[in-house]
Amino acid sequence: MGNEKDYLELIDGEKKFRHIGTRPIRPDGVDKVTGRANFGADFTMNGMLHGRVVRSPHAHAKIKSINSTKALKLKGVKAVVTGKDFPTLDPSDKAVGEVTVSFFDMSRNVIARDKVLYDGHAVAAVAATSPQIAEKALALIEVEYEVLKPVMTVSEAMKKNAPILHKGMKTSGVEPTPSRSSNVASRAEFKLGDVNKAFKEADIIVERDYTTQTVHQGYIEPHACVADINADDMATIWSSSQGQFMVRALVAKLLAMNTSKIKVIPSEIGGGFGGKTIVYLEPLAVLLAKKAGRPVKMVMTRDEVMRATGPTSGGHARAKIGAKNDGTIVAGELEMEYEAGAFPGSPVGLGCMTGFAPYNLKDVSCVGWDVVVNRPKAAAYRAPGAPVAAFAVESAMDELAEQLKIDPLKLRIKNAAVEGTQAPYGVKFPRIGCLETLTEAQTTDHYNSPLGPNQGRGVASGFWFNIGGQSSASVMVNPDGTVIVATGSPDIGGSRASMALMAAEVLGIELKNIKPLVADTESVPYSDLTGGSRVTFATGKAVVEAAEDAVNDMKRRAAKIWDVDFDQVEWKDGSACCIETDVHKPMTIADIAAMAGKTGGAISGKANINAKGAGAAFATHICDVEVDPETGHVTVLKYTAVQDVGTAIHPSYVEGQMQGGAVQGIGWALNEEYVYGKEGQLQNTGFLDYRVPVASDMPMIDAIIVEVPNPGHPYGVRGVGEVPIVPPLAAVANAVSHAIGIRMTDLPMSPPKILAAIDAE
Amino acid sequence: MSDLQFSSPKSVKEAVEILSASKGKARVLAGGTDLLVQLRAGRMSGSMIVDIKNIPELRSIKKEKNGFTIGAAVSGAELGAHKAINKAWPGVVEGLELIGSTQIQGRASLGGNLCNGSPAADSVPGLIAAGATCKIAGPKGLRTSKVEDIVLGPGKTSLKTGEFVVSFFLPTRPKRSGDAYLRFIPRTEMDIAVVGASVSLTLDKVGVCSEARVSLGAVAPKPLLVAKAASAIIGTKVDDEALTELSLAASAACDPIDDKRGTVEYRTKVAGVLARRAATIALERARGN
Amino acid sequence: MAKYHVKTTINGDPAEFLCGTEQTVLDCLRDELGLTGSKEGCSSGDCGACSITLDGRLVCACLVLGVETEGKDIETIEGIADGDDLHPIQKHFLQEAALQCGICTPGFIVAAKALLAENPNPTETETRYWLAGNLCRCTGYDKIVTAVMNAAAEMRGE
Repeated sequence: MGNEKDYLELIDGEKKFRHIGTRPIRPDGVDKVTGRANFGADFTMNGMLHGRVVRSPHAHAKIKSINSTKALKLKGVKAVVTGKDFPTLDPSDKAVGEVTVSFFDMSRNVIARDKVLYDGHAVAAVAATSPQIAEKALALIEVEYEVLKPVMTVSEAMKKNAPILHKGMKTSGVEPTPSRSSNVASRAEFKLGDVNKAFKEADIIVERDYTTQTVHQGYIEPHACVADINADDMATIWSSSQGQFMVRALVAKLLAMNTSKIKVIPSEIGGGFGGKTIVYLEPLAVLLAKKAGRPVKMVMTRDEVMRATGPTSGGHARAKIGAKNDGTIVAGELEMEYEAGAFPGSPVGLGCMTGFAPYNLKDVSCVGWDVVVNRPKAAAYRAPGAPVAAFAVESAMDELAEQLKIDPLKLRIKNAAVEGTQAPYGVKFPRIGCLETLTEAQTTDHYNSPLGPNQGRGVASGFWFNIGGQSSASVMVNPDGTVIVATGSPDIGGSRASMALMAAEVLGIELKNIKPLVADTESVPYSDLTGGSRVTFATGKAVVEAAEDAVNDMKRRAAKIWDVDFDQVEWKDGSACCIETDVHKPMTIADIAAMAGKTGGAISGKANINAKGAGAAFATHICDVEVDPETGHVTVLKYTAVQDVGTAIHPSYVEGQMQGGAVQGIGWALNEEYVYGKEGQLQNTGFLDYRVPVASDMPMIDAIIVEVPNPGHPYGVRGVGEVPIVPPLAAVANAVSHAIGIRMTDLPMSPPKILAAIDAE
Repeated sequence: MSDLQFSSPKSVKEAVEILSASKGKARVLAGGTDLLVQLRAGRMSGSMIVDIKNIPELRSIKKEKNGFTIGAAVSGAELGAHKAINKAWPGVVEGLELIGSTQIQGRASLGGNLCNGSPAADSVPGLIAAGATCKIAGPKGLRTSKVEDIVLGPGKTSLKTGEFVVSFFLPTRPKRSGDAYLRFIPRTEMDIAVVGASVSLTLDKVGVCSEARVSLGAVAPKPLLVAKAASAIIGTKVDDEALTELSLAASAACDPIDDKRGTVEYRTKVAGVLARRAATIALERARGN
Repeated sequence: MAKYHVKTTINGDPAEFLCGTEQTVLDCLRDELGLTGSKEGCSSGDCGACSITLDGRLVCACLVLGVETEGKDIETIEGIADGDDLHPIQKHFLQEAALQCGICTPGFIVAAKALLAENPNPTETETRYWLAGNLCRCTGYDKIVTAVMNAAAEMRGE
């Protein structure tokens, strides 16, 4: 691999990139605008059966019995599976990722055993010769329940006499370990300095409680897969997910299968946002296929997606900030409780780590409680945990600015985290662009434009770590000099384009001569899933290294042909050049590839890495709203998202991430929420009443790219996907609060809530 | 394979025969934007679907001597394109056109929206305020009903077994008349009304309101005709004071529920706000006619 | 009971299929005819991913029964390009990066084509309201609206 320093000099120097920073048409684009691209539900096989899932109508109940006799008698029904068909796993078997995963719990989430823990919890699955027969069979599987009282909110769950979801679960992270079972799974704490002492030095303290509701990722494509398993127990799974290797690993784990016996072929993925980083259907489909001896296709309905797949946590947060009269913040405190859903593992710890990260604080304390409730198990959702924490902290910052009569951006600039600042979770930041997003926001026309009556402006900042992790890439040079770039990272929003751009930059060839592809689990070495804003950074780094490996291979071939030393060959504009140019004419990739047979066989490059040095992302958003004082309706008038992206490989797709994240955040702030009935049944299981923003709700989202290169990536890439959803909750809440003159602390700020707040004044 | 049957009668008579023979097990399909959702969700009762869209009378709009006859299965997009009705009854057209997306507009009909029996149906308050009637075909022949007498409660209508709505009749308007429908939704599109309000009024030569009808949706088990709200503006110049009275009467008529779309307090208050705003628009339109 | 035999025209070509009453035209396109470009996101008419035109009128294929399409003219995403010559809307979706995951894209393109057939010069607001029945969770709509308006300008010869 090349020297990282050289690249940075390249960035800071005069030389511009040839490909990076351009806006070519994505390589997979035509298939996606013509309907040819195959997504999860588009795959079929001969002899395929159709699988459906029997789901609990109760939020909390014991399963007394399951009788599938009648269903199996229905003509066309080929197999039924229940929890009894699954192996029992070791409760201590866990994996730590963006959100900690217990395989024991995951197995019970995929299919209930003794208890159902939320409305929609899978109880049994059936495969039949047509979707209609499978549907009919659902009603014939008889499940007897003993209904228990559901626990729907954090506050109910934390009450002393609350019904317990998991007998024997003790709160971890508290001393001494409690003796009683609790719905509180764990306590997390992150602190610097002595916050109590520091608050005493404050001239002013703001403190408030904030609440939010469960929200869903809302990807348009429901989960879907096809599984086939042959007589040798070799399973093949076609599925839509954020990681084919993740699907392979989890199916192997949950079904106690050997990894080498599972092949996963990724389809195109119709949105994930973190929600497709785990499995729901795949293990069921494999077991059904095994029992029936035929391939099985399973596709969720929208209702199933909403009731039973990973939303993210609603919760409560208390934020407290102390400052000097000049605006210097002296102390920050955050205490939060997040709903984990039916099993432990909310992203509350990540919330604690991120809330105060945009600020330079010596004394800070963040405590989080992970609480189980009778709702679907929370899954990752774009910057998991961070938006709720930022909602609390950034609202408090706004209130502080208001009370100190300081411009809210100036207050943030005064306290902004910079290189060397220690984050609340301990690390000292390397070069970051927090301050740059704030100063850029200050200079926008938007921030300096006037407001009309009933209008308000809000700003907020946000932080996300971004991650690296394991990525693999192969660069294969075809005999005609064109190139295939294979990675194991599903393309969720245009990453094929950025992989091709980075490979083109290294190889020095035209983009049209590069074909990037997302390979199956047997065609490329292991890669972590697409998540944590890691693909352009980590998989991109692997592609760069693999391309360099291929370049070195080609330099060796040229040296051989010319009979010169390897170091006499340099790579320039897609050609091998001999330093003594008078002697040998440069050879293009095509020239070298054509002679590959004579110089040692096919040419390729590879890189299998565990990428370190992910660069933190910061963003600052500005939002203008108008509130109808008689109905409480909020119109978003203008929205600007400023973000440090490191280096924008394909600026259009970077802007797209910023705009899309902002709009998801606006939906979270204004209208999205899970509404449960008294007995714990989800009331809004479709897009009619789970109100994601529609085109007519939104203005154009002005995306301003700031580039402070990440020293940890050859081209300076930071991740871009997640941080755009961190600031909007508070940016919108601050705007609404200014428009109506009342601090809004409870999301979503739906019209009834806003009108009630206005009327209460 | 399910046992669900399908038929597509070509005349009102044939449709009545099929519906009567089915003994209440048939469901009428117009635009299908509610029925197919119920079918898909397993909430549709019945064992036969009767598609009435191939009956010419149900798909046509006719200018009569004293008004307009609109086929029950005319889609929102088709009604929206009818210039004369848009001019005479903009509030009625607004109501139907507010249902769902462009895609839904290609299908959704006045007949389906009414007979689905939803208290929140967007096109119904406009029809009620307009004093519209509907023609119903059934085993005993044809009958006419006021629109406000059709819906009895959520999902319940006064239609008897074998009956279906053939068409709606909107009377010709006197001069200086106007109507308007407004609804409140949390987003800008794609939602079910949290509150709907329609006002139709006529002014005399000196600008005094001589006739008015006010109808509210989504604030009671069925769409309401609120006589007290209308009488608050009749005999006035529809000034601020009269509008305040109308607003209070509208709120007072509400008997809503708390649900995922709104609260009792919210619906009650916003019904008054929307009734006043709709009256203001209707007034402007009346002054322009 | 037996299935119904339905004869239609799809993207200009005659097409016949068998279907049960409860099968929507979306089911028929995807499962009976192998036309999987129309996507199923909700099956309740709320997401627009299955947008098609039926006798020229924009509808959700999930809200039309297969049996209702007898004798009708259906256009799907598969019929928008002319061979390998992309429609201006498709070209602008690519140029303006108006898609990320791409699942909503076929529905948006079909809906946008119907918009421009009715209104060749839509304002941003008109474009946004026309497309309100098509959900996109990735892009925030910004680049989609831009692509449609740029395509409209190109089609007007500007």
